[in-house]
Amino acid sequence: MCLAVPGQVKEIYESFGSSMGKISFGGIVKEVCLAYLPDIAVGDYTIVHVGFAIAKVDEASAMQTLHAFRVMGLLEEEFGEPAAAGRETP
Amino acid sequence: MSAFAPPDLSQWSCPLPLRDYPTIVMGHGGGGKLSAELIEHIFVPAFRNSALEVMADSSVLPVPTGRIAFSTDTYVVRPLFFPGGSIADLAVNGTVNDLAMSGATPMYLSAGFILEEGFPIAQLAAIAERMGAAARTAGVQIVTGDTKVVEKGRGDGCYINTAGIGIVPDDIHIGPTLARPGDIVLLSGTIGDHGMAIMSVREGLAFETILKSDSAALQGMVASLLEFAPHVHVLRDPTRGGLATSLNEIAAQSNVGILIEERSLPILPDVQSACDLLGMDPVYIANEGKLVAIVDPCVADDVLRAMQQDKHGGRAAIIGSVTSKHPGMLAAITAIGGTRIIPLEIGEQIPRIC
Amino acid sequence: MKYLDEFRDGELAQKLAREIRQTATRQWSLMEVCGGQTHSIVRNGIDQLLDGAVEMIHGPGCPVCVTPLELIDKALAIAAQPGVIFCSFGDMLRVPGSRMDLFRIKADGADIRVVYSPLDALKIARENPERQVVFFGIGFETTAPANAMAVHQAKLQGIANFSMLVSHVLVPPAIEAILNSSTCRVQAFLAAGHVCSVMGYWQYYPLVERYKVPIVITGFEPLDLLEGIRRTVHLLEAGTPQVDNAYQRAVCFEGNQPAQKLLSEVFEVTDRGWRGIGVIPRSGWRLSQPYRDFDAELRFDVSGITAEESPLCHSGEVLQGNLKPNECPSFGSACTPRRPLGATMVSSEGACAAYYNYGRFVAVESVH
Repeated sequence: MCLAVPGQVKEIYESFGSSMGKISFGGIVKEVCLAYLPDIAVGDYTIVHVGFAIAKVDEASAMQTLHAFRVMGLLEEEFGEPAAAGRETP
Repeated sequence: MSAFAPPDLSQWSCPLPLRDYPTIVMGHGGGGKLSAELIEHIFVPAFRNSALEVMADSSVLPVPTGRIAFSTDTYVVRPLFFPGGSIADLAVNGTVNDLAMSGATPMYLSAGFILEEGFPIAQLAAIAERMGAAARTAGVQIVTGDTKVVEKGRGDGCYINTAGIGIVPDDIHIGPTLARPGDIVLLSGTIGDHGMAIMSVREGLAFETILKSDSAALQGMVASLLEFAPHVHVLRDPTRGGLATSLNEIAAQSNVGILIEERSLPILPDVQSACDLLGMDPVYIANEGKLVAIVDPCVADDVLRAMQQDKHGGRAAIIGSVTSKHPGMLAAITAIGGTRIIPLEIGEQIPRIC
Repeated sequence: MKYLDEFRDGELAQKLAREIRQTATRQWSLMEVCGGQTHSIVRNGIDQLLDGAVEMIHGPGCPVCVTPLELIDKALAIAAQPGVIFCSFGDMLRVPGSRMDLFRIKADGADIRVVYSPLDALKIARENPERQVVFFGIGFETTAPANAMAVHQAKLQGIANFSMLVSHVLVPPAIEAILNSSTCRVQAFLAAGHVCSVMGYWQYYPLVERYKVPIVITGFEPLDLLEGIRRTVHLLEAGTPQVDNAYQRAVCFEGNQPAQKLLSEVFEVTDRGWRGIGVIPRSGWRLSQPYRDFDAELRFDVSGITAEESPLCHSGEVLQGNLKPNECPSFGSACTPRRPLGATMVSSEGACAAYYNYGRFVAVESVH
C-alpha cells in the first residue's frame, strides 16, 4: 500500500480551493495535490502516493544515509573482509 | 492532460474527389459504389501496387521457391494515433515482424478494415497513407483487402487485420523450440517504449520528453542476422506481454531455462520513470520494434555487432543465456545481485498503488 | 529518478547484505507489514541474498489481501448496478469475491474504471452528474489522506453523486494482533515507511515496551530495506528491543500533522474484519458521522450481503506468519495464481503468489 515515488516540485497553484502542484518524476510531470504540505516550495523534493504529496524529502538526511553506506563499505575494505559471497559487479 | 495531440487532419486533401461524405456510412461496407470509391480514392493510391490495381477477388502473385511463412494479427489499439506511430504502423510492422521472426523475407500483406459508422474519412485516409508508407519501408506490398462497416457504437472507430506471407529459404530453420543450453540471449534495443507511450496517453501523463512508440519493421535486421545461420536458433518480437512473456514461452517450448541479467537490459530513463510511477515492470511492457535472438555462443559477438549496425539496433545488448537448469522458467539476476523468477503474468499489467 | 536510483545501487546492496550475514549469529525471523515492501523484497531477490541470516515472513500488509470477502462482494454488487461508475485502484481488479471479480463484472458490461488517484474519481463524478460514482476506498494509513481529501472535497463542493466504499485498515493494531497470537514466530517488525510518513511512529513505543520486540521504520528501495533489516539484526543480536527509524529522509516522529488533522475529521476508528484473520478490534477507519452521507455501503442497499470463505483457503494463517504458503494443503493444487482461492495468491504481493513462483524454482534447481 505504499507505492510512493519522490519527485521535484516545479510549480504550485490553486485548483478547486486546494493547493496543487506540477511535480517532475525523473522527467515525467504529473499534477499532485499539495494540501498536506503547506510549507513545500518549488525546487523541493516530495514523496507522492496516489496523487498526493505526503512528505517532504529531507535531502540532507538522504545524503547522510548514502554516505553512511559508502563509508561502511570503505571500512570493510580497509580492515579486510571474508571473500564476497555475492556476485562480483562487472 | 496529455502533451501529445493527435494529428491535425484539417488540411489533408484527397488526391481525387470523393462523394461528399466526410464520415463513414453503412454504405461504405456494402460492396457498391461507395465501397468502390473508398478503394479507388483511398486504398489504391495509398498502397500503390499493380496486384491491387487489378482489383480481382484474389491477388495471384509470383513467389520464389522455399517454404511459405504465413501470419495474421488484428490491431485494436486505442488511441489510434500516438507518439511514434499509429494503428497503421502497428498493422504493417507487426505482421512483417512476425514473418521475419521465422526467418522469412516478408512479401505480401492483406488488410481488412472494420470501420464504425461515423468514423472520419480523413482519419481513414491518413491511416491508409501511413500503411502504404510503412509497407514501402518494409519492402512489402498490400495486395488485397476488405472493408466492412458496423453500426455506430459497435466498434472502436477502426480495427485492422493484416495477414502476411513471406518465403523462408530451405536452409533456414528458426523457431521457438530450438533454444539450447549454452545459447546466448540478445535483445535488439530498449524495452517498454511502446507500451508506456500508449499508457502515458491513456493516463494523461505529460512528459518533458515525450515517450514514443518504437514501432518498426525489422526484416532488414533479420536479413543481416540470417548471415549467421544455422547458429541463429530463435527469433521473437516481444510484443504483448513484453520480454518476460516471450522468454517464458520460448523456455517452455524449448524445455530449457533462461537466465537474464537485469543490469544488462537497455531501458530509456523516461520509460523507467513512467514504470516506477505507475508501479509497472518494464519486462512485461509491450514492444513493437524490438527482437530477441537466441544464438549459438560462437556467433554471439558477431550477431551483436550486426544488430548494433542496423538502424533499429543501436542499443542492442547481450542480456542472458539459456541453461538446462529450471526448465520452462525464466529467472533473473536482479540489479542488486539477488535472484528472482519472472513468471508469466496473468492478464494485463495495470497501474498499482501497493 | 533522484532519491530513488541511488537507493538501488547494487554494490552498496551487496555490502549491506554482507554486513547482515556477518552480524547474524543465527537465523532471525522478521516480518514486514507492507505490501510494497513485500513486493520490493521479492522483486529484488532480497530474501535469497539474506538466506540463513534472516527469514522474511510476509505479513498482512497488503490491503488487497486483507479486504474482507464480504466487502468485495458488496463492491461487486454496487458495481453491477446500472448507471454506476465504479472507480478503483488497479490492485483490486483481480481479487476474487465469492463468485467473481471486478474484471469479470467489467466484461459483463459494468462501468469499472481504474484510477490513479481518488481525485480522478471525484473528477469523474463532477463530469457525470447524472451517474452515481463510487470509489473503492481501500488502503492503509498511507492512502487514507488521499481518500479523506476526496470525500472532504465532495462535501465542500456538494458533489452529491460521489460516494466511497471504505475499507481502511491500520498497521499498529495488526502488529499487536500478530504479537498476541500464541503461535507468533516473529521476532522483530519492519514498520511500513510511508505509513509512518503520514502517522509518525510514536504508536510503536508501547508495543516495543509490552512485547520486547524491535520495530524498525523502513523504506522500500533495496538499500532502504537492507538498512532496515541490518539495524533490526543488530538490535536482535544485542538483545535491545527498540523503535528505530531507518527511513529518516521521509519519516519523522510526529508524522504529517495536516494529514492527521483531516483524517481525524473525516474518519473514525472502528473494528475491522481482516480477510483470513478475522475481526481485529479498533483496527480500521470508517467515515465519521458528518461524512456518513458519502458512505456507499449505506447509500446502496448491500447490507444483506454476507460471505463465506472457502474452507480450503488458509490465507489467514499465512498472513499471520503461522503457515508457510507451501505448507498449505491447497497450495499449488486447488489454489494457483490462475485459479486463486484467496487474495494471497492473487495479489503480486501475496505471500502465496511469491512462494508459488520462487518455490517452483528452488524445487527444480538452484541457480548459482
